Amino acid sequence: MSGLLATTGPSVLWYLTRATGAVALLLLTGSLVLGIADVRRLSSASWPRFVVDSLHRSVSLLALVFLVVHILTSVLDSYVSISVVNAVVPFTGSYRPLWLGLGAVSFDLMVAVVITSLLRGRVGYRAWRAVHWAAYACWPLALVHGLGTGSDVKSSWLLVLSVVCALAVLAAVLSRVLSGWPAGAPGRRAALAVTAAFTVFVLAWLPIGPLGSEWARRSGTPSSLLSHTTSATSSSTGSTR
Amino acid sequence: MSHHVRVNPITCEAHGICAELLPERITLDEWGYPIVDEATLHGEELDHARRAARACPTLALLLQRERSKSRV
Amino acid sequence: MSASSPTAELPVPTSADPPAALPRLLAGIHGERPLTLSEHLDQHGEAPPAGGGGRSRSRARARELIEEVEASGLRGCGGGGFPTAVKLRSVAAARGRAVVVVNAVEAEPPSTKDRTLLQLAPHLVLDGAILAAEALRADEVVVATGEHAGGSSAAAYAAIEERAAVGGHGRVALTLAAVKGGYVAGQESALISGLEGREALPTFTPPLPFERGLHKRPTLVNNAETLAHLALIARHGARWFRTLGTEAHPGSALVTLSGPVVYPGVYEIEAGSSLSSLIDAAGGTTRGVRGALTGGYAGSWVPASAITELVLSRDGLPAAGGSFGAGIVLLLSDDACPVAETVRLSRWLAGQSARQCGPCVHGLPAIADALAALASGEHRDGSERRLRTLFGLASGRGACAHPDGAVRVIASALRAFTEDFEDHRLNGPCERCSRAGELPLPPRPGPSREARGARRAGP
Repeated sequence: MSGLLATTGPSVLWYLTRATGAVALLLLTGSLVLGIADVRRLSSASWPRFVVDSLHRSVSLLALVFLVVHILTSVLDSYVSISVVNAVVPFTGSYRPLWLGLGAVSFDLMVAVVITSLLRGRVGYRAWRAVHWAAYACWPLALVHGLGTGSDVKSSWLLVLSVVCALAVLAAVLSRVLSGWPAGAPGRRAALAVTAAFTVFVLAWLPIGPLGSEWARRSGTPSSLLSHTTSATSSSTGSTR
Repeated sequence: MSHHVRVNPITCEAHGICAELLPERITLDEWGYPIVDEATLHGEELDHARRAARACPTLALLLQRERSKSRV
Repeated sequence: MSASSPTAELPVPTSADPPAALPRLLAGIHGERPLTLSEHLDQHGEAPPAGGGGRSRSRARARELIEEVEASGLRGCGGGGFPTAVKLRSVAAARGRAVVVVNAVEAEPPSTKDRTLLQLAPHLVLDGAILAAEALRADEVVVATGEHAGGSSAAAYAAIEERAAVGGHGRVALTLAAVKGGYVAGQESALISGLEGREALPTFTPPLPFERGLHKRPTLVNNAETLAHLALIARHGARWFRTLGTEAHPGSALVTLSGPVVYPGVYEIEAGSSLSSLIDAAGGTTRGVRGALTGGYAGSWVPASAITELVLSRDGLPAAGGSFGAGIVLLLSDDACPVAETVRLSRWLAGQSARQCGPCVHGLPAIADALAALASGEHRDGSERRLRTLFGLASGRGACAHPDGAVRVIASALRAFTEDFEDHRLNGPCERCSRAGELPLPPRPGPSREARGARRAGP
């Protein structure tokens, strides 16, 4: 099937990969914001606690579904050689191994979080909570993965989406660390420091990284694919592969 | 086989979701902690109770089977 | 004393004569030093074995002992009053190798009977524990002492060493353990937590200790005095045990009497005897008495007018509004203000919460605040109603009975001293309020997880 769909330009699968990836990031953002609203016990008359809690669970599952489709389409897309192994085992593979691998790490963590959540009754509260902390790592990994591997990262809609998601996450995380931290519980300063460090990293990295010149080559795109950049794929999004 | 709900008061952290999902049996005190009616659950109440037990963020709400009287 | 047939009869009772009356547990004791092993054997004779000697014989012996305990009507002496035979049977029926814990933690400040018994007659307590262990085929006995064990710890240790020196006690290993903790540390599940190296705080039950306790094994937790009684019942029988006491509360009992009497301390009484006879034995009162706190800090206050009628037994005291508890009678002199004492007690009890359960963490301090407001005359109306509401909210909603006990003792004070409370509600503090308190309220450490309670309160 991928043979039928493959063209010299972006295939349906490529569009699907990019779209589902963007949606997955959006849903992951929603999941994180709702998760923080949940643990902070925010609620109102129209948003009772059980709604916030169950919406968080549903949005997270949906994010995982879109993520799975995102992975499948990227694997099926024959233009770039990404195997199922590459998608699940981080930093293997030939296409932008580091940036793709971050996505694999994010996926692995999400799977662990979701499985322990579905089996919460068996796993027990303490084990479940311990694994759930890893959820915080999923989002930044997904963001950097998206910016690093996205072949149309310079397109404005993707950047706008990333900025909106980033602002939402930043606001939610700051609210958790600054006003939603249990009195006397450890780790608050560390959490603040990590948040600040990541924000600084992204702001510094973007202009010299994905938004800089020749990112496709610097990020590890195999040279056989780089030679295609000059061909007529100059759509309005200015995409390169 | 009759069921009833029970709260583990040590694990409970007063999230209050149980009272929203099973108001027939659970109300909250002035500090947000559940006051539980442990009488036997019937019909639909049992389904709501199951949902409430799954929804408890700390797994403090327990759905328990009535112990038969013959055991010590 | 061997039996010749496999279907063993119980060996003939021991060579020592059963004590006719009192003292029983405290028979032959010295002033301050413990009875040595040989003095103990001279006084009480050898304990009959409750196990050993082949499988069917050991089972028969175990069964006989438990039946004898059942016939005696022995109940737990730590405050709960649970039938000892039922507890023994429950542990016997549970799966796994059992372990026996001697609860000598005695975290009630006005009680000193357990450490006194352990200090003066350690071998009697050990006998009872070993007999129970043999009957349950347990291989380990742990003697648990608390923060204020004093000399009882050393006495228990010396007694264990004495036994080891003369060849030990069969397959049963004896160990001594000190448990750190506050008021709730003597509670069964808290004690087990403490013995396992964690904080001595109650756990959620089920499972109860008799099925899964110390190191997940079926555990018999018995008060030290209970096991001492058991040691004598094994020797002299249930009928002998019942020659003292009443139908509902047979035998003798240890009572800690404190307050304005000439000789406060630990007494062994016949269950069902009167408080006035105990006070007489203690040399009489030294001042006027305002009331009596019976049963300890989870017990009940009795006003002076009812004291003369009080009968010291598990059924006699509740009939007069008191409670037996762990055999505690604390007399309050008429120099003290019962309202101020109750306020202080309520504050102390709130501070002793394990801070694990919301209704206790929030309820007990709220009760203390409402009481203080009532006592200071600040809030004339509504305090009593507020207290009743809080009593309902704090009771029956925790993992242990601490909040229930606090509610009980405070509600009983409101009943026993109605006029005093009313007077304070209208007129504020009296001149006795500011005196030093008579209730012993030692600054026992609360649990270290101070922040946990605060976190639970909200977002």
